[in-house]
Amino acid sequence: MTLSAVLDDLTREPGVRGALVVSVADGLVVADALMEDVDGGAVAALTSSLLRRMRGVAQLLGQAAPQLVHLVGGEGSLLAAPAGEELLVVAVARPEVNVGAVRLALRRAAERVR
Amino acid sequence: MRAIEPWVEPPLSAFLAESAARVTLLMTASGQVVAQHGFTRSLDVMAAAALGAGIVASTTELARVMGTATLGNAAHQGAAMGIFLSPFDTPRGRWIALVVYGPETSLGLVQLFFGRLVADLAGAAPPAPKSGPVLAENFEAELNASLRSLFGR
Repeated sequence: MTLSAVLDDLTREPGVRGALVVSVADGLVVADALMEDVDGGAVAALTSSLLRRMRGVAQLLGQAAPQLVHLVGGEGSLLAAPAGEELLVVAVARPEVNVGAVRLALRRAAERVR
Repeated sequence: MRAIEPWVEPPLSAFLAESAARVTLLMTASGQVVAQHGFTRSLDVMAAAALGAGIVASTTELARVMGTATLGNAAHQGAAMGIFLSPFDTPRGRWIALVVYGPETSLGLVQLFFGRLVADLAGAAPPAPKSGPVLAENFEAELNASLRSLFGR
């Protein structure tokens, strides 16, 4: 299955405005399926930076690396799940999204990308 | 961080803080240094400016030979550090940025905040002063003043 197909499945979840596969080390977009008003480059750069810092915090605390990162903002959510060491699957969602369903879909997408 | 023109400093400071770049050099298309951060020796900054301007000139000519529009950014990823080189337009003409970054940041972050730096410089640039004739007796004094601005000596 192609990366595009995985992302298309993820964006079919109600309330998901877009999804990306991001290179963790570079912070660059590998593949995306985004609405026009979502700046994929900025999301990729900032989310990869966040994940690398979260991994650093987890390492300092002697914990395992995070399996899922969920940021809740006033106008929506950002969810990210690592797909192996090098890639990251990100979903940008509206505030009213069913978070449980998106988390499940994101984990499945990460497994398929891995 | 040191800049020949003070209006460059706030946008460049913001870029350095946000991108976590280790070394940044802003220069004109001809290789004249406008601002620098991270260099400690004038010889290094002059060499880097000459090399950066040369690379951009080469890629621009390569683009012409290939029959395409001007080539954009160049990124070189090394094992420990990366180099980002990009020409960009300002109200003062075409400039070039050379950025060296380490594993504490990423190419994506450097690119993201570089876009903001370009916009901030465009907004901060005052009207260009009227240029007069270049006189031999002024040249050395202006060169020394620029070096003092960049290296504080």
